[in-house]
Amino acid sequence: MVQQDKPILLDVAGLSVSFASDRGLVQAVRDVSFRVHEGEILSIVGESGSGKSVTLLSLLGLHDRKATRVEGSVSFRGKPILDLPASQMRAIRGREIGLISQDPMTALTPVYTIGWQIAEQIRAHENISARAAHRRAIELLGEVGLSNPGEAVDRYPHQLSGGMRQRAVIAMALSCNPVLLVADEPTTALDVTVQAQVIDLLLRLRKDFGSAIILITHDMGVVAEVAEQVAVMYAGRIVERGRTEEIFSAPLHPYTWGLMASIPPLTGPRLTKLRSIPGMPPTPETVPDGCGFAPRCAFARPICAERPPLQKVGGQAALCVIDDAERPALRRAALPQEELA
Amino acid sequence: MNAEMPVPKPLLTARNLTKNFVVGKTIRPGSGRVLHAVDAIDLDVYPTETLGLVGESGSGKSTLGRCLTRLYDITAGDLTFDGQDIAKADAAALKPVRRKMQMIFQDPSASLNPRRRIRDMLSEVLHVHRIREGAAVEERLQELMELVGLRREYLDRYPHEFSGGQRQRIGIARALAVEPKLIVADEPVSALDVSVQAQVVNLFDELRERLNLTYVFIAHDLAVVRHVSTRVAVMYLGSIAETGETDALYAKPHHPYTRALLSAIPQPHNRGKRERILLAGEIPSPLSPPPGCKFSTRCPYAKDICREQRPQLAAIETGRKVACHFPLD
Repeated sequence: MVQQDKPILLDVAGLSVSFASDRGLVQAVRDVSFRVHEGEILSIVGESGSGKSVTLLSLLGLHDRKATRVEGSVSFRGKPILDLPASQMRAIRGREIGLISQDPMTALTPVYTIGWQIAEQIRAHENISARAAHRRAIELLGEVGLSNPGEAVDRYPHQLSGGMRQRAVIAMALSCNPVLLVADEPTTALDVTVQAQVIDLLLRLRKDFGSAIILITHDMGVVAEVAEQVAVMYAGRIVERGRTEEIFSAPLHPYTWGLMASIPPLTGPRLTKLRSIPGMPPTPETVPDGCGFAPRCAFARPICAERPPLQKVGGQAALCVIDDAERPALRRAALPQEELA
Repeated sequence: MNAEMPVPKPLLTARNLTKNFVVGKTIRPGSGRVLHAVDAIDLDVYPTETLGLVGESGSGKSTLGRCLTRLYDITAGDLTFDGQDIAKADAAALKPVRRKMQMIFQDPSASLNPRRRIRDMLSEVLHVHRIREGAAVEERLQELMELVGLRREYLDRYPHEFSGGQRQRIGIARALAVEPKLIVADEPVSALDVSVQAQVVNLFDELRERLNLTYVFIAHDLAVVRHVSTRVAVMYLGSIAETGETDALYAKPHHPYTRALLSAIPQPHNRGKRERILLAGEIPSPLSPPPGCKFSTRCPYAKDICREQRPQLAAIETGRKVACHFPLD
């Protein structure tokens, strides 16, 4: 609980995001609230279309302002940032908040060297000479674990492997010592052995630089490995949040149960059949007004057509009608026993 | 025939299977470099088993899959399927073979023609191979949809009207249309979300039991491979590093690469309790594989002999083969 004492870095309250489409406004993110404390790692988990990337992009001001409506409030270091003009937002992004995107190939331009691109970002935020920025770029590449930074700095993105490119993107995100790193699926495009290296790197950087990290992923394994706090998103809402240990040892929401039961275990007895969640995630246009998960939920009941209440257990909370009395029995039915040990 | 336990005969046998690509070739004679994508692989696939083929990107697992189904011409080696030599068979000779082996691809959207209805795609397969005629075609189409768990009304839809999981089901239906014995599935569930992935994995299991199918299941997700496979082959840089029965291999990997690979996977189940072997670097380029053992550049146990002499895939216990000078116990 050490993190709770640290000051709040990012406070998102009641964030809703809607897009203009041919069929009118489509709500992709519904009433999302979460906090990130200094030096904390928060993981947002969800399947494609759950609204996890949209949440991040809109709070960073990276959405299309003409076609998107963002409601709610976001404050960063106590200052509201949602209505900041683009120029001021640009000063925060890259300097105080670093972004690591999923695909390093699209985050880097192919026509300039890695070093040029890192130096450009440094010089956009700090008033230093090109030569000093270049030296910083070499240092940063060394810090993210490239074996020969002096040589890599003059390479073009296509000359690097996937893992090296992702490191270069991380180096760029770190270039101004941000207090918050936002990583959108940073390891999804990588192989497991390289993914393990990048996860270690992120953990080491948090230790060395003290940055808070928001990690967006769909991989429950990665979450279990790095996160301290977890928010599970489904159909545009955060359906469950809490500390990582709590979420994994005693999940509250039936969607979280389904998610965990869907993953085949790597050790222990082999299951004869995986427990899958029937159906498929809704598209933003077809999300029901009540609980978004109800159409796929094995425990759905008529009351789920209304907006589910927020149930709290300690620091953990879930949007679901299932209460404390009922929950343990239903969870046992939904999850294979050995996972709850 | 005789009273003894019959030794199962492999459905598919590859010996010394090699596939090279030439890259960077120009009009100048002698230009271009040889990329050894699949390097002298020996492999047997037995009837009704599921052979899991795992490896990182660039390990050659997809190329091997495409060689096994002869979507690629193979550079050298022997390939026998169902008693027939198909290593050098031409398109005409392969046509009857294709009725017995089919492939399922990773990206269900890329492998379906967006301008054709599901009905047209599936019935084309039946016509090409003259499997059904007249009213029997319609009957078979409905049977196929039922097999993969889709409503028969969906036959008249276009691919874009389906979700990723449903599209993969259509890909499976198309492969099943010819009533194959062997299906080579190349990363069939990796493009799907976890909750949908479990549904499709279960479908694969169900179909194998119902139709007596044999699978070669190519994937990079070791947990999924463990769930579906009876036997596993681990590939590294175009060669097989280790192969064995699934449970034995996962419980006790003998090749350092297998062990490192297994230890690198973050797990939600019993988190934080595993011992990790962090490999340095990445898989080398197949254009210039290291001499000696291909894994020697990243192996924490590599000795001099590993850098000079390539280890052969050799049996170390029943059903288990390892290509390593110093297998772990």
